[in-house]
Amino acid sequence: MKQLIQDIFVAVSLVFGFTSLVLLIADAPVLDAFKNIWLGSFASTMKFSQVLTVWVPLVLCSCGLLFTFRANLWNIGIEGQIIMGAIGGMAVLRMPGLENPALILSLSFVAAILGGGAWGLLAGLLKTRGGVHEIFGGLGLNFVAQGFILWLIFGPWKRPGIASMSGTELLPLKLWLSSPPGWRVAYAGLAIAITALILTWLFLYKSKLGLKLKAIGKNPRAAVLYDISPEGYYLLSIIIGGAFAGMAGFMQITAVYHRLIPAISSGYGYLALLLVMLAGYRIVPIPFLALFFAGLNVGSIQLPIVLQVDSTLSGVIQGCCVLSALFVLGMRQRRKQS
Amino acid sequence: MLRIERPVCSGYATEAQTIMIGDIPLSVLVASVLAASVPLIIIALGEMITEKSGVINLSLDGAVLFSAMVAFVVAKESDSLIVGFLAGGCAGMVTGLIVGYFSIYLHLSQVAVGFALSLLCRDLAYFLGNPYSRVQGPTLISSKLPFHDMLPDFLQKITTQPLTVPFALGLIVLLVWFFKSSRAGLQVRSVGENPAAAFARGLNPNRIQMLTVLAGSFLVGIGGAAYSLSLKPGWGRPQGAEGIGWIALALVIFGSWQPSRVALGALLFAFLQVSGIGLQSLFPTIPSQVFQTAPFPLMIFTLIIMHYSTSKTRKHGEKDSGLHKWLGILFMSRAPKSLGKSYRQE
Amino acid sequence: MDVEFQHISKRFGSVQALSDVSLTAKQGTIHGLIGENGAGKSTLMKILTGYQAKSGGDILINGEKIALKTPDDAAQIGIGMLYQEPMDFPHLTVLENFSLGCPVLSRERFAASLKHLAFAFGFQLAPKRRVELLTVGERQQIELLRLIHCETSVLILDEPTTGISPAQKALLFPALKKLATEGMTILLVSHKLEEVASLCDEVTVLRHGNVTHHTYAPFRFPELLEAMFGAVPEQKEKPVARATGNAVLTMNNIQAGGERQGLELKNFSAKSGEIIGLAGLDGAGQATFLRLAAGLTIPEQGDMQLFSTKLPTSKKASRIAGKLQTVFLPADRLEEALFTDISLSEHFSLRDPKSSFWQKTETNRQRAAEAIKTFSIKGQYDDTADNLSGGNQQRLLLALLDPQSKLILLENPTRGLDIRSGQWVWEYLTQTLSPEACIIFSSPELDEILHYSDRILVFYDGDIVLNSLTAETDHGSVAAAMTGMRS
Repeated sequence: MKQLIQDIFVAVSLVFGFTSLVLLIADAPVLDAFKNIWLGSFASTMKFSQVLTVWVPLVLCSCGLLFTFRANLWNIGIEGQIIMGAIGGMAVLRMPGLENPALILSLSFVAAILGGGAWGLLAGLLKTRGGVHEIFGGLGLNFVAQGFILWLIFGPWKRPGIASMSGTELLPLKLWLSSPPGWRVAYAGLAIAITALILTWLFLYKSKLGLKLKAIGKNPRAAVLYDISPEGYYLLSIIIGGAFAGMAGFMQITAVYHRLIPAISSGYGYLALLLVMLAGYRIVPIPFLALFFAGLNVGSIQLPIVLQVDSTLSGVIQGCCVLSALFVLGMRQRRKQS
Repeated sequence: MLRIERPVCSGYATEAQTIMIGDIPLSVLVASVLAASVPLIIIALGEMITEKSGVINLSLDGAVLFSAMVAFVVAKESDSLIVGFLAGGCAGMVTGLIVGYFSIYLHLSQVAVGFALSLLCRDLAYFLGNPYSRVQGPTLISSKLPFHDMLPDFLQKITTQPLTVPFALGLIVLLVWFFKSSRAGLQVRSVGENPAAAFARGLNPNRIQMLTVLAGSFLVGIGGAAYSLSLKPGWGRPQGAEGIGWIALALVIFGSWQPSRVALGALLFAFLQVSGIGLQSLFPTIPSQVFQTAPFPLMIFTLIIMHYSTSKTRKHGEKDSGLHKWLGILFMSRAPKSLGKSYRQE
Repeated sequence: MDVEFQHISKRFGSVQALSDVSLTAKQGTIHGLIGENGAGKSTLMKILTGYQAKSGGDILINGEKIALKTPDDAAQIGIGMLYQEPMDFPHLTVLENFSLGCPVLSRERFAASLKHLAFAFGFQLAPKRRVELLTVGERQQIELLRLIHCETSVLILDEPTTGISPAQKALLFPALKKLATEGMTILLVSHKLEEVASLCDEVTVLRHGNVTHHTYAPFRFPELLEAMFGAVPEQKEKPVARATGNAVLTMNNIQAGGERQGLELKNFSAKSGEIIGLAGLDGAGQATFLRLAAGLTIPEQGDMQLFSTKLPTSKKASRIAGKLQTVFLPADRLEEALFTDISLSEHFSLRDPKSSFWQKTETNRQRAAEAIKTFSIKGQYDDTADNLSGGNQQRLLLALLDPQSKLILLENPTRGLDIRSGQWVWEYLTQTLSPEACIIFSSPELDEILHYSDRILVFYDGDIVLNSLTAETDHGSVAAAMTGMRS
């Protein structure tokens, strides 16, 4: 226990130390920077609700990644899966002829899941059939998805008159997911994220599926002797991962941007990869760490205006958290050895 | 300052009588491809060296940006290109130091460390480089060969290049020699193949890996500097080198961990990029971003072809001849045996 | 150089691998080191090469205490080791392997030296050939030449005849004797008494990490055996032949890839109740044969029938084989048959043929607890498989095996087990399981094959060169067939 506290202390001081150093190099006031991140994220309900809008897609992506990590897959293609989810969802939202907003939104949600899942399946097939490591297959598919969304925004789905990087036309108000008055985060988003957490926990820790995924993750060769097909479960896990990413894409278009923009994923896929690593691939820390990461993201938005430093400071802190945690982990293993 | 996006391609409109590829004269095309491939060659070769010793540095994409930023800022502040390049190299080496220490001495997953570091370096580059965005700074200009005037017009075009071009070409030759004939090269390869056996023979695998990672990541840093000081001069967001690190990682596989083939792959990729610019004028309705991203998936999908030809050739063994054999030679790929596994000394 | 071990001890975690081991190997002699598997022979030698650190004691060379931190330190003094599994670089060439890691610098002369030495010892080695294409024996030859080239004066050989042919052995033994008479100190680790007797001048016996005996040539085998095993293991009565029934497995005109030479066979059939032993040198095709029968390797040509069901030539084959109650227990348990970080009870959950949504933790804990009792596994139900010792892993695998299985394929079933565990495994297989099951197993120990099997198949370079009832053949002809000498 004492060791654990000491480890956490070391990791936290590493993060603070490194971030302060970076701020000093950038000639920015160190304490003010931390204070502004706090003020910009958790100081008011308004800000906090904004943090929650980031929390929702982060949690969704993390849940998906838990499945793929369980099977020992590096689903770097998650960014593309978010994008394809958003595109799938948007395709339904743009469909003419449907009137009932609840029906349209539900269909859109399903389409987003299918879009993300299909993109995941593709990365999975590249691995099982094409022999391409999922990191490279996923990256290739990320680029394809990025090209596809640009083509849509500048081509068929462009705003009447001008096509621009600012995205497609805004959705009609009735297709916005509703949120509590004065809050930014949608009811549905919170409900979906919490449901996702519970389902993921049940599946991974209590169901046989979770155990089988762990088995192929640990030893695919042995799995065959237990009548578990590694290929099949690789595909299943990455489809599930893609489906969760697709849900995140759906949230981005219906609850945050209300349109399709080129950077619709906001980099949440990669951020979730960091998040899950920091959580040690376990589910329990995820909601809390997601809140922390979301707070950093939202809190640093105003840094350029207030302190004239770039908002990527949040990314620096997040990356540093993961590396510090890994460092402490490595040190702990080393102690255990000797 | 107006950032020159593709300096090597500007001004080809005046060429009229020369051989044309699409609407680009051949000499300009060759010169552009050569110039565009230089940083990629250096970066991919740097990563290849690293991987030869059994360590994957997955932080490449961030490391390239970070070293590009450091190189530009230092070159601007010191007003010296040499210092800038060296600073870029050192920045790359810092990333190598981290990946190396974490994976070789702490035995952590190379992929996890590399990926986290990649994102950290990218954001760090944007954060620290922010004040230098869109600022004019020193740029490595093309220089002529001493006997420039004696060459035919066509060769004059091709050989007028920044000094990074001969550096990259020299590097290919050097590395071919290093891994084929030098004792140190053999030691690096032996560690990448079987570190336990290397240890049993009195080598120190961890030290050899660490040194190799440092050397490789220094080159990656030089490659990053070649972006911000030569090919796409200046700093900004985006800089233009985004995604290159991933391509370099794919190129190492494509090149089957052989210096000449890795370099060939880099040239091929540069050709795709440059011809994409040409194609863009043919299809004005398709947004330019689509063309810019197109070579990336293409590169990835060549890996599928490689997988198939590799597995086919393996199956049929040596007895096969004809098409299969050639496909084998072209597309076979074999990684160092202990690549990505961390070696624990007993 | 004289090598002296004084009170050497070595612990791995809680396991005491060596305790207070002292012995002296004199210059110009061949000193044998014998003992059963796990007696500590290899550990002691790895300490002498600096590959592993010792926990206590001293090593003296010519009466002087020395510190050996790395293999480099040992190589500087002139200590070199020929490892049991070739410690080399398969993808590099013969010459590259030869020239790697010599403390003596003579770069250009490596090629000349290799040629010269190979000639002197009568070895035929093409310098540009990749080592992965060579046999284990040839790879050992390169290592031996390299050590001589590096001016090794203390040579350690760890089971040097594992996986090499008699022809290669006939080259190796005189070479070793010659080296000893030229003043080299040679330490020979082995568990084959005949070899030790024909080569060594002195022998030290290790048992459970202790020295139990030390003697000079000529040797008395009963004395050595007792020192090795405590009491001489009674050679059990050969089990009675079992009743055979219908064909279980038939193979026709099979061609398959895998191992060094792949596998080619005309026709083969196994009947229920039979116990078939697969003999052959390492990589001669037995592993491919077992994996074919388990549906894990897909043949390129030919067809196979399990219980008169034709096996498809797709990835489905292994599932169908499983449905037909065929089980396969590979030699490398942790690599191929068990999961690290997954507990014993979870293994039972994975093995459960009934599909269910939940893991049913309680049921499987009970199952695991029962198995721990009946199979005397040393461990708890929530221990992970990688925390078990090799013998207990094999017990776990047997516990996971469906007792109703009709075709049982075993790769080296007693690998890494001590004699008693090995006997227990065979008792379980032949007496507890149904006598109608067909058992096919491979083993590097010819005695095990001769003792337990009703029929023997001998593999050589991817062909079956002998297929005979055990009663109709003998040790000599099987050994000859294994090494390619057709009678």
